[in-house]
Amino acid sequence: MTTTTQKSTTGTTTAGGTPGAAPPRWRLPSALRHGGTLAWRGLVKTVGSTEALIDVTLQPVIFLLLFVYVFGGAISGDSSTYLQFALPGVLVQTIVFASAGTGTALADDLKTGIFDRFRSMPISRTAPLLGAIGADLVRYLVSGVIMLVLGVVLGFRFSGGPVAVLAALGMVMALAFALCWVFTALAMVVREPRSVQGIGALIMLPITFGSNVFVPADTMPGWLRGFVEVNPVSKVADAARGLLTGGPVAAPATAGLLAAAVITAVFMPLAVVLYQRRT
Amino acid sequence: MDTVIDVSGLRKTFGSTAALAGIDLAARRGQVLGLLGPNGSGKTTTVRILATLLRPDAGRASVLGHDVLTDPRAVRSRIGLTGQYAAVDEALTGTNNLLLVGRLLDLPRSEARRRASELLDRFELTEAAGRRVRTYSGGMRRRLDLAASLIGRPDVLFLDEPTTGLDPRHRNEVWDSVRELAADGVTVLLTTQYLEEADQLADDLVVLDRGRVIAAGTPASLKSEVGGTRLHVRPLDRADLPLVTALVAELAPSAEQIVGSGGELVVTAADPALLYRVGARLDEAGVVVAELGLRLPSLDDVFLTLTGHRADSDGAGTEQPEAAA
Repeated sequence: MTTTTQKSTTGTTTAGGTPGAAPPRWRLPSALRHGGTLAWRGLVKTVGSTEALIDVTLQPVIFLLLFVYVFGGAISGDSSTYLQFALPGVLVQTIVFASAGTGTALADDLKTGIFDRFRSMPISRTAPLLGAIGADLVRYLVSGVIMLVLGVVLGFRFSGGPVAVLAALGMVMALAFALCWVFTALAMVVREPRSVQGIGALIMLPITFGSNVFVPADTMPGWLRGFVEVNPVSKVADAARGLLTGGPVAAPATAGLLAAAVITAVFMPLAVVLYQRRT
Repeated sequence: MDTVIDVSGLRKTFGSTAALAGIDLAARRGQVLGLLGPNGSGKTTTVRILATLLRPDAGRASVLGHDVLTDPRAVRSRIGLTGQYAAVDEALTGTNNLLLVGRLLDLPRSEARRRASELLDRFELTEAAGRRVRTYSGGMRRRLDLAASLIGRPDVLFLDEPTTGLDPRHRNEVWDSVRELAADGVTVLLTTQYLEEADQLADDLVVLDRGRVIAAGTPASLKSEVGGTRLHVRPLDRADLPLVTALVAELAPSAEQIVGSGGELVVTAADPALLYRVGARLDEAGVVVAELGLRLPSLDDVFLTLTGHRADSDGAGTEQPEAAA
């Protein structure tokens, strides 16, 4: 156990004051440890807020129901055929959409005094960013699981096993993780939460609807098809389709993961630098 | 290590405005150092630089011997900061706010819990501990904010206008806490626009105006610098003021007279006997007075004398709590 913090006559500290005073036991690097604590904060906030909870749970449900029953018949002839096609794509679309919210929430947070407190504490400068994104990844995962469960209720048939389902979720999360750095960087530049949301929507709409998430690309004009085919959202949707309903996986998965890696490699350092410069 | 806070030649410019035009100050261990000045005088900028939130353009600042620029991490591990805006999370409960800070300071979970409940108790927030901060009053937020700053038992505490917007009862509670902390050996740097607050709490004062130190010393020495006893005369009818001024000038030709914003005539360095003579003359002349008396100079007088304008002259007046005492 730790040495208990006696209130010495001078009022100096043993526990909180000097980081070196902790007992020598293995711990996570401080950025991850503190990031984890801050992610806990984010999740407690979500659970405590009806609005945030609805965002995470109800929104994917509404998306899936609307797309399957509004467009299903027109696109695929009947809604159950369309469900097989659309579920993997709507999964990608929902989670990618949610990643734009990371930027808005962060811009909001930065306007309050609490970031001043974090910055005046002996924690890693990037811990607040890691915490925000960590909490969001958990939210994306919950949304994704809800959508898969609802899919089963509506009659979705998985062709792969549980490993394939986990792999599909992992693919989608990787893309969301990459994109949330884009929106984090955006939030650091734009600052005003409502502007972040507006610009975020301008980016999200073309990359989600300009993909093969809702309809196959065959009927689109050539210039659009060109965009759809290189769009990482299409690649990840294809890979998720392959994993959940059968079909080619290796090529789209490689392309999707590569795109996610490149986006992360560019925007993560950029977001961190912009964040640190704000202080 | 006697000097805990050491600042010299500190400068900071935002765009074309110089927030700090080269200030020096120092605080000893266990001392409450008051930074007094109106809005925009550079108080918050000074605190933000010392708390490693802002980089100075020039000059040096150190806390407990650690330079804020070259060793910010060492500074951060020893300080607590309570800013002008309550730095607490509205969506979390009071307890969770304190646990969050405790865990970020690497306190073991049980220690963080113990410390949180101890501080909630100390600031009379135990009852509200399980409620989200969104439902708290301004005073409760401030107290929670102060509690959060104390979780890590800091050696140096920065309080940036800690009582702005608090009612007198809660202001007195914050004052008591500051005195207790100083008695425990915590060095406190306190900024305030309230002269009374500075007078009540600070061992030493640094008066800032437009990014410069215009005076420094103990509250008592600053008061004596401005001169001894003052005679205040406030006629019931403002129209009598010229008459009163003339009468006083006749009785004390060499004394300096100032007309205050409340329609009162203030005679600096007054001879106590003047009170009776002025009283008798006013009576003869049939002037009814609302106020007639001798006073020791207040810090407000100090500010007026030093700068030629009042401390709260630029728009801060609306937030002033009702004057107690």
